[in-house]
Amino acid sequence: MTGLTYTAFELRRTFRNRRFLFLSFGFPLVLYVLIVGPQRGETDLQHTGLSAALYFMVSMASWGTMVAMLSLGARIAGERQSGWNRQLRITPLSPRAYLRAKVVTAYALALTSMTLLFAAGIAYGVRLPAREWFEMVGLIVVALIPFAALGVALGHLMTVDTIGPIMGGGTAILAFVSGTWFPLGDSGFLHDLAQGLPSYWLVQANRVALGGGGWSVTGWAVVLAWAAVLAVAAVYAFRRDTARG
Amino acid sequence: MTTGIHLDRLVKTFRTPQGPVHAVRGVDVSIRPGETVALLGPNGAGKSTTIDMLLGLLEPDEGAVHVFGGPPQDAVAAGRIGAMLQTGMLLHGLVVRELIAMTASLYPSPLSVEEVVDLCGLEQVADQRSEKLSGGQAQRVRFAVALVGNPELLVLDEPTVALDVEGRHAFWATMRRFAARGATIVFATHYLEEADAFADRAVLMAHGRVVADGPTTEIKARVGGRTIRATLAGADRDALSTLPGVANVEVRGEAVVLRCSDSDAAVRALLDRHPEARDIEIAGAGLEEAFLELTTAPDGGAATAAEATA
Repeated sequence: MTGLTYTAFELRRTFRNRRFLFLSFGFPLVLYVLIVGPQRGETDLQHTGLSAALYFMVSMASWGTMVAMLSLGARIAGERQSGWNRQLRITPLSPRAYLRAKVVTAYALALTSMTLLFAAGIAYGVRLPAREWFEMVGLIVVALIPFAALGVALGHLMTVDTIGPIMGGGTAILAFVSGTWFPLGDSGFLHDLAQGLPSYWLVQANRVALGGGGWSVTGWAVVLAWAAVLAVAAVYAFRRDTARG
Repeated sequence: MTTGIHLDRLVKTFRTPQGPVHAVRGVDVSIRPGETVALLGPNGAGKSTTIDMLLGLLEPDEGAVHVFGGPPQDAVAAGRIGAMLQTGMLLHGLVVRELIAMTASLYPSPLSVEEVVDLCGLEQVADQRSEKLSGGQAQRVRFAVALVGNPELLVLDEPTVALDVEGRHAFWATMRRFAARGATIVFATHYLEEADAFADRAVLMAHGRVVADGPTTEIKARVGGRTIRATLAGADRDALSTLPGVANVEVRGEAVVLRCSDSDAAVRALLDRHPEARDIEIAGAGLEEAFLELTTAPDGGAATAAEATA
């Protein structure tokens, strides 16, 4: 694997940025505590069959990991603006290795955020068989693929000035309509809309705890379709940005 | 065509809302391996655009670039090119030594990180974060990043632009040590003295064209010879202007300035007819003068000059 050392340095410099880490990991944790604290005894949250501690553990993890994945975009936009990307383009680092390093770093951030929330969940009494923990993590990792692609696409399309508001607003809206702050119920406009979003299925990874496979066929189809579409968009954005005009 | 660098009739036009900008209009330059070439010209001459095409960052509208027998992208992928671009901050979050090591890891046969730290005079700041450096220090780190890959071709776009005089001297001292390894070096500058002192050859650009290309000494000679200064009591302007090889005469009191097309003939005749002339100085035209004369010619003049060089 080329660019292994490059990836290692990329990880090192990301995990060294304390302020960035504190904000990325701190917000979902604080919200989790604020939401679950008052209703820690709730075992059937709005008839979902899930405890509040479990439901919000996964929904906060979904939001935290989504934000972590998309922070990839802000980092790419920043490096483009500073001219570092041009410098990289005259090194032997291939575009593939470059993107791989970025995505690996974003996943490392996302999985760290998820681990912290799972630890908080366990502290609030969430207990699941090992197999279900693994299934849940697996679904979250898959559901993050579209967001990795979206992060790359935004990073190469947006400027440093525009990407902040887009990401802040975008993730808040996505989280809202995907059932991050409260369960959406089984019907209604919001429910139907959410079914078509990859972020909804990220939240729905907690369905593993109800037995069964976690996602319905629709869930898999929606996540994979978004992954494919956004991957094409990411490649387009990357090519357009680095085109030798 | 398999060795060295060939810029073959490069043309590049940018579309802007104000209409097309003809940044480069027919640049033709060949550089031999091991040569140090200065790309010299005022702002807007097309130096940076030419360098971007040389590095494969920009595709020419017409013409072709060959670096070591192939397209520049191949040479970049093989790690044979190192470059310091004009704009470009350093990656944040790493200390200087790590940044150099990270870059080194991308190349097949890099220099050792310690060697580069030493070569670029970065011992003092090697453990500092890149975002904490002064402008001059950052510039030296950018240089270290450009050469740590041990490139066969080193390209520098205005490398000393952020440096003070002392920094500039230190920079060129480092460059000399690196050049001694035999790399080919191409650098853009608008400091004439840098081209004069450091390059084997200067390529003068103006208005997107090459207006002169040759050893710096030859370029100076191109703009007409030398100047004789002397002290001569009772100098007669008309008499002096009849001396052989003299093109123009200035007389200020006892000070005489003769601009010559043939200073050898002129000085012999001067001493022959005016043996009392003293304090005689003969100076070559500065590259500065050559530069002004060659680059301020209007468009048509530049084209003629380019044809004359071709």
